Amino acid sequence: MTVIAEPFIQWSWIFAHGHEMWTYTLQHLVLTVVPVVAGLAISLPLGILAQRHRRLYNPVIWIAGFLYTIPSLALFVLLIPLTGLSLTPVEIALTTYTLLILIRNIVTGIDEVPAEVVDAATGMGLTRRQTLWRVQIPLAMPAIMAGVRVATVSTIGLVTVGAIIGRGGLGQFITDGLQILFTTEILLGAVLSVLLAVLADAGLLGLQRLITPWTRKALAGATS
Amino acid sequence: MPGWSEFAGADYDVGAHDGLGRTGRGGEAVTVMISLRDVSKHFPSSSGNAVNDLSLDINEGELAVLVGPSGCGKTTTMRMINRLIEPSSGEIFVGGSDVMKQDPVMLRRGIGYVIQSVGLLPHRTIEQNIATVPQLLGWDEQRIGARVRELTALLDLDDELLRRYPGELSGGQRQRVGVARALAVDPPVMLMDEPFAAVDPIIRARLQDQFLDIQRRLRKTIVFVTHDIDEAIKLADRIAILNIGAKVEQYAPPEEILRAPASDFVSRFVGAERGLKRLALISVADVEIEPGPVVQRTASQDEARRAMREAGTEWVVVLEGEKLLGWIDWWMMEGGRDVAAVEPREFAAIVTPGSSLRTALDIIVQSRTHVAVVVDNDNGYQGIVTLDRLTAELRP
Repeated sequence: MTVIAEPFIQWSWIFAHGHEMWTYTLQHLVLTVVPVVAGLAISLPLGILAQRHRRLYNPVIWIAGFLYTIPSLALFVLLIPLTGLSLTPVEIALTTYTLLILIRNIVTGIDEVPAEVVDAATGMGLTRRQTLWRVQIPLAMPAIMAGVRVATVSTIGLVTVGAIIGRGGLGQFITDGLQILFTTEILLGAVLSVLLAVLADAGLLGLQRLITPWTRKALAGATS
Repeated sequence: MPGWSEFAGADYDVGAHDGLGRTGRGGEAVTVMISLRDVSKHFPSSSGNAVNDLSLDINEGELAVLVGPSGCGKTTTMRMINRLIEPSSGEIFVGGSDVMKQDPVMLRRGIGYVIQSVGLLPHRTIEQNIATVPQLLGWDEQRIGARVRELTALLDLDDELLRRYPGELSGGQRQRVGVARALAVDPPVMLMDEPFAAVDPIIRARLQDQFLDIQRRLRKTIVFVTHDIDEAIKLADRIAILNIGAKVEQYAPPEEILRAPASDFVSRFVGAERGLKRLALISVADVEIEPGPVVQRTASQDEARRAMREAGTEWVVVLEGEKLLGWIDWWMMEGGRDVAAVEPREFAAIVTPGSSLRTALDIIVQSRTHVAVVVDNDNGYQGIVTLDRLTAELRP
């Protein structure tokens, strides 16, 4: 049991691997941004469509929900025959996981735009397209961004798992550490992954406040 | 966010509506601006027609109020004019052209629209809200800026509000921004759906006064929907009282509706205090003012007593030239004193030609002399209004 005789965390090892920490974090970020952006690109038209044509809502949500329930590791493996052993199946799988939360939040967000605002916009002579892009989508932004935040945080977690079948990201520390039962490396991967998730969430919240200035101002006005 | 102009037609002139061969301004001849011809609207979800075979003409420059119980179809009627609701049958003309033959989007840009909850765009500043339609029509920045400043002045809005968001404004301020936004491209026609219903009564009265003042200057053709008959009486040039199915029970100026309700429905809808409501609409200048018992300050006691006897009163108005000094009564002159020897009493309240008869009545019932004294703005005596005169005025 020589493993136990070692210290739980070897700080010297961590300081010696600063370069990998940086590289893996950047990889992790890219591996996260790609499925979230792709998910948003798919969800936005689907969400708008499902919001407008109500009978599409249940089938769309059912399919997105079904995809969401497939265990990630199983989906990664199922996709390998189609894509080969790489990060591609991981990215495809992670994209499908974002759909449920994004579509649902897009539909809810548009639903919650006050009817009288849409009525006033139409009554002033905005076309349907203008009403959608200049009124409904901006006003749905807080709900959409809430969805993007949840999708981003859960994707950051799943990218870590993805390292089992592909190479790259902070999961690399964990899979490498597991092979030689090296706790320092395993913990480093886990802690950095959590840290990245927290920072990404905070960053997106900041972005949301930046692009929806009226929500802050209205709140300040109501309390003063 | 991109500019708002890319979908707008080239310089769309919303003022170009004069296709009707009107016959001169200021004369009796009027031009019909909005015309509904046998208009019906059936909603699939209901059994009867929401609007059933409605025909209605609204004259240019008039404020027509559609009033009626909830569910009578007044809002549906209004929303068919800018095609937010498509009529099932019939024709609607605005400025002489058939709305069904126009692009609904362009039609709406040429018609001001104000709704009860105002519907300001919460994510755009007050300035951007007011500029909505000018931007859609592709006005340049400079013209938009100038117009926004013009409108803020017209509606007595603080310039400092322009950079704020609607959520930061009070209810009354939001309503005024809503009206400013509807006026932005100076449309000849405006549709207003209970625009003052969402604010408290004091603010509402102030907004109504301000709006009336603006309307007297701008003379827009306005279709105004409300369920509040008092608001209708106060604002309307002409009131259409609608029953279920938008059946027109009466379409007439407020004074006529109060004087001669066309049906039991109208009487009931107009409600109690019809006489008082009518008096509120008539100004002192509209009725015959009686000269009343009058003497000059220099008059003798005999002259004063003769004036009282002739008028059948026990008091007399005292003037100095044209100016009103007050009144004296029979007993104040006891001991053979002339008018000049007595200090006249001031009238507790007076009216001007612009006052309403309702105000005059209030003064009559409260004053010792049981008349309302009328003076012009320089305290020049005009005459008196008596209770008999008011009663005669209300007689059908």
